Order: sequence, then structure tokens, then C-alpha cells
Amino acid sequence: MPRTVIEVHQLSKAYQIGQIGTGTISRDLERFVVTKILRRDDPFLKVGEVNDRTVKSDSDIVWSLRDINFDVQEGNAVGIIGKNGAGKSTLLKLLSRVTAPTTGEIRIKGRIASLLEVGTGFHPELTGRENIYLNGAILGMRKKEIDRKIDEIIAFSGCERYIDTPVKRYSSGMTVRLAFAVAAHLEPEILVVDEVLAVGDAEFQKKAIGKMQDISKGEGRTVLFVSHDMTAIHALTDSVIILKNGECSKRMPTDEGIQQYLASNLSQSSGKLIRKSDGDLYVERFLINSDEVNYTQIPSGDPLRMQFFLNKPITAQEASSLAFYVVFRNELNYPVFTVSNRYDAHAQVSDSGQVQSIECLVPAMALAEGKYTAKTWMAFKGGFCDEITDAFEVDVLASNFYHTGQMPIARKHGAFLLNQNWTLK
Amino acid sequence: MSQNTRPHNDNESWDLIIKGKQGIFALHLKDLWRYRDLLFMFVKRDFVSFYKQTILGPLWFFIQPLFTTLVFTFVFGNLAGISADGLPHQLFYLCGITAWNYFADCLTKTSTVFKDNTNIFGKVYFPRLIMPLSIVVSNLVRFGVQLLLLIAMMGYFSLYPMPNTSFQLTEGIFLFPFLVVLMALLGLGLGLIITAITTKYKDLTFLVTFGVQLMMYATSVIYPLSYIQPEYKKWIAWNPMTTIIEAFRYAFLGKGEFTTYSLLYTTGVTFVVLFLGILIFNKTERTFVDTI
Repeated sequence: MPRTVIEVHQLSKAYQIGQIGTGTISRDLERFVVTKILRRDDPFLKVGEVNDRTVKSDSDIVWSLRDINFDVQEGNAVGIIGKNGAGKSTLLKLLSRVTAPTTGEIRIKGRIASLLEVGTGFHPELTGRENIYLNGAILGMRKKEIDRKIDEIIAFSGCERYIDTPVKRYSSGMTVRLAFAVAAHLEPEILVVDEVLAVGDAEFQKKAIGKMQDISKGEGRTVLFVSHDMTAIHALTDSVIILKNGECSKRMPTDEGIQQYLASNLSQSSGKLIRKSDGDLYVERFLINSDEVNYTQIPSGDPLRMQFFLNKPITAQEASSLAFYVVFRNELNYPVFTVSNRYDAHAQVSDSGQVQSIECLVPAMALAEGKYTAKTWMAFKGGFCDEITDAFEVDVLASNFYHTGQMPIARKHGAFLLNQNWTLK
Repeated sequence: MSQNTRPHNDNESWDLIIKGKQGIFALHLKDLWRYRDLLFMFVKRDFVSFYKQTILGPLWFFIQPLFTTLVFTFVFGNLAGISADGLPHQLFYLCGITAWNYFADCLTKTSTVFKDNTNIFGKVYFPRLIMPLSIVVSNLVRFGVQLLLLIAMMGYFSLYPMPNTSFQLTEGIFLFPFLVVLMALLGLGLGLIITAITTKYKDLTFLVTFGVQLMMYATSVIYPLSYIQPEYKKWIAWNPMTTIIEAFRYAFLGKGEFTTYSLLYTTGVTFVVLFLGILIFNKTERTFVDTI
């Protein structure tokens, strides 16, 4: 069994929220007397409570992290996922020693380096080369070490041409490239990364992900990676920890973790529709396969019938300027396909002169097994008028679609099931 | 792979243990040494960024003490007629200003270390003490450059002496390195205390800006200690900077009042202040990001 390189034990961090202002001195004195002279527990930490940012409370102490326990073995690539305010950044801050925990401890073997935000300490007046040295030293490299790697770093950044120009003349993308290049050549035993991939162009993101894969898989070093980007989490990590309101789940394989995380998000948003609307014309309610639900299960290849009811009738003439779209996204939040009345050459409009419901029938949901989330989007008379994010979810179940007993797996083989003819001669 | 709630096996050797509470004497001096290259990077950064995109470049280091000397000579020497202890007025002020500026710069710049570096401190760990130390060293470079100005002016006045004045380099010059260290450490120590307190109580920030100015008048920068009436003198002598300035002036110009006792007193105060400063700084450093 590989040796444990990070051990997190009963780790907690409390924050004071609200204003820190007058009254702090008297309170600090009280804390000092109680904890240092009377040697009791800190009175202000007792009132702390679970950190749920949506619930208002009288207490102004929150536990951003509470009793976190996990350990990481050498060579693991662990993703940390969770909603905003779940405690991800706090955990990273503690790991990288930016701030100290309130209670509990972290034990670490080997050098740990964190990329909480690349380019920290870049000085705009200094040249790229000077900044490589400065940033490298901030991240804990010795000068000799940087001397040895400087050519490699410059080449990786792709900023050769500008390397002796002050960084203030760089584009933001170039700054990030340079900064990531320095960090990627740190060679720590443990690398902590937070959302650095959100910047930079596609080519660079690919390069950055590749480099991080090299670090964890190729060189056997340990990586902790925090991101909202499930695709990157999927590409980089082999297990994940889900943080929720400062408490952590057990470690689980990435696939399982992502699914569980996304599922918990969906169940939270259902019941209350998140919509953007100009308020005049909007979808009042909808039926999925004749039921008023926002979740349905259908075997792949079965039909899906959607009926949307508007808040008020419009005339048949007006209906010709109505555009209705339903966008389906997969579990990684990537669009898979879209249906629209604008795509149907034979779209029918009722003869009665009034239109209040919009119906769409997809004869066969020829999709691989998995969950697909639908967003509705409506434009009327040339302008946007209504959008429901996460309107409903379709859970496509495995079926004998091809009548062969064979079924592709969405994550590996793609989402679509297309009819096909093969000849083997 | 499993959730870990068992007690730690303390036989294993860990390179780093991050804990909620730690002893006040855990100063991580080993870390400080490992990051020594960073200190020089910061010094270089301060120096290079100071004169980039300026025409006069490092010459700016001379301009401030030169003009201050001219103004002081006019206001305190000519208008107010304060004694210069038989030294040429220009030399008298320049000598005091050069030394005082070093102390004052160390103090004011270190007193805002947390505030000025919240951004970088909030993102990445390195021994925080590196930052104030680099400030002290950066200013030392500046001080060295300004010292050249003093030496140049001493050369000028020995070639073209002013009537009724005299000055001479004395054996006190051997104290010079020691005096510089004292000034640096005193400024650093006070600065560390102030910056640590200002992370929570911002009130002190206002005090520092004019406090340092006023403190100059409570130090024998613009007047010689010998010029002060005895009943005030004992108060001025309480100020540890007075001894340093007087000794500094004695070393370079041959006039100044200090004793072995006053030097010992100053040294004692300096080390107590520095020690307290480092302890408070070190304690604050761990969580200041949460409160600033």
C-alpha cells in the first residue's frame, strides 16, 4: 500500500462573519481571560453553527469547515468539489498554510506547493524573466533551481518573444501562461491547485491539463485539485471528496462522486424554477409525458412528449413569430441536442385563432443511458422573453435499443444511438 | 482510502504539521533560512522597480535628503538659530537626517507589511518575516547610497571649511556597523508590533504617519543633545534613538553626547522591542488573513 502523504484529522475552521469593528477589544479581552487565564474553551466558538449561507441566523461565528477527516496516499490525484461556500477554498488555504485552522491538524510528508491563484507576486514593472525568478522564489524555489529550469519554463510558457518586456505590457492570457509555467516546474511532492484552468485559451488549457496529468500520473506525485469544471475534474482525478456546508463526504471514485454531486444539486433546484423572464409572456407550467413533473424516466428509444402552457393566449398570427427551444445537457453540463419549433418544417399552428400551448414530440429518445437536463428558451416577436434553467430532467434508462443486447455507455462512447448498417465482406 | 478517525501514529515522521494552536516560540527559523533567496529577490524588486521609467533613476535617492538639509539649514539654522554644536549646519542636519531616515523608513514601511501584502499573503505561504526583513535590507541599500552623499559633503567641507566650524572623523566610526544594526532592529521591532496590531485595530495606522514625524523632534536630529536644558534632557535621553543619533554624529563629525550606559540601555530596549515584535508578528501572521 502506498504511504500516506497527507493526513487531515478533525480539521475545523471558524470564521467571524459580519462587521469586525467596535466591541472587538472588549471581546478579545474576554476571550483572552477565559482561554488563557481560566483555561476554558473559547466561549465564542460554542455558538458557531453549520455554514449554510442561505439560512439567516443570529450567530456571527460560522464553521467554514467542521471536523474534516481524510487522508491521501502518494500518487493520488484527488478532486475536491462542492458548491460556492462549501469550504473548498478554506480547505486549500489551510493546506497551503495561508491561514491556520481553528482546531484539528494536517500532517504532511514532503514539500507542498499551492497554486491558489497563479501570478501571485508578479510585479508589473519587472520583466518576464525577472518575474520568473521572483515568483519561483515566492513559491519556494531556490535560485539555483530556477537557473537550471529557466529555459524550460520560458519554452513552456510560449512567451519567448516578450520575456524581457515588463509584465505590465502582457495580455492577461500571457501572464497566466507565464505564471503557470513557473508553478508547473516547481516539482513539489504535493501540488494543490485551485481553478487555475479557468483562464487562458483552449490550447493552453489543454497543455495545462496535460502537464498536471504528467505530474500526477507520470511522475507519481500527489495532486489536490479544486474546480467547478467537472470535465477537468474527470480528466485529472481518480477520486473526489464532496464538501457540503463545511462537512466532507468520504472519498469515492471520480465517476461516482461527480454523479452524486450533480444529483444533489438537481434535487435542490427542483420544486423552484430558476427563470429569467421579461414577465409578459412566459411558460406557466408544463407536462412531461402527460405528467406535471420535473423528473421523468424513460427507456432509451421511447418517445418524449413535452407540453408547455403559456400564461396567456396569443393569436395564431403572433405565433408565427414565436421561437421555442429546449436544450438538453448531459451530466457534465455539456449541451447534447436541442429541439425547436424552428427546426420543424411542418410545425402546425392551431386553426382556432388562439395559441396557448406548445407541444413537442420527440418520437425516439435515441440516447445512451444517463441523466439529461433540459432548459427552455423562448423568444417572441424577435426578442427574448422567457428562460427556465433546469426546467426538468430526463433519466434515460438502458434498453435493448439496437435489439442486440448491446448498449453503448454514454461516458465512454458518446450520448447518441444512431441506426446503422454494417457489412462484413 | 478510508475515512480516518483513528488517532495518529506518532512514530511516523512528518515533514510538516499544521495545527490550530502552536507555542508562541515556534518561530520556524529553519523555514526562514530556506527562503533566503526570496529575501534578495524582494530587495532586487524594490530597487529595480524604484527607478524603472524614471529619468534620474537612483539619483532620486539623493534628492530627498539634500532638499531636507537645505530646508532645515534655512529654517532651524538661519531663522531659528538653533546651535549646530560648532559643526557646519549642512553637515549637522544631513548626518542626522541620513540616520533618522533609515530608522523611520524601516519603521513606517514594516508597520504596513500586513496591509500592503494582504493579496500575496492571502494566496501563498512563505515565512512572513521575509517581507519585513527584505524591507530593512532594501532600505539599507538606500541608506548606503545616502551615506555616500554625506561622505561627499564631508569631503567638500574639509576642502572649503566654513569659518568658526570644525569636524572630524573619530574612533567612534568603529561603532558604526553596530549603530546601523541597532537602528534597523529598533525600526523593525516597532514596525512589527504596529503592523500586527493594525490587522485588527486600524487606529494605529493614523498614529504612525504623524507619530514618526513628531518623534523626530523628540530625538536630537535638528538640535544637539548638549543644547538641551538639563531638566528636559533626561526625557529626551529616554528615547533610544537619541543615543544612536548622537553616537552616529560623534562617529562621523566628532560631536555627540552618549555614554556606555546609554548605549547599553539603547541596545537593551532594541532587543526587547525586537523580541516582542517577532513574537507578536509570528502569532498574528497565522490568521491575519481572516481579520484584516
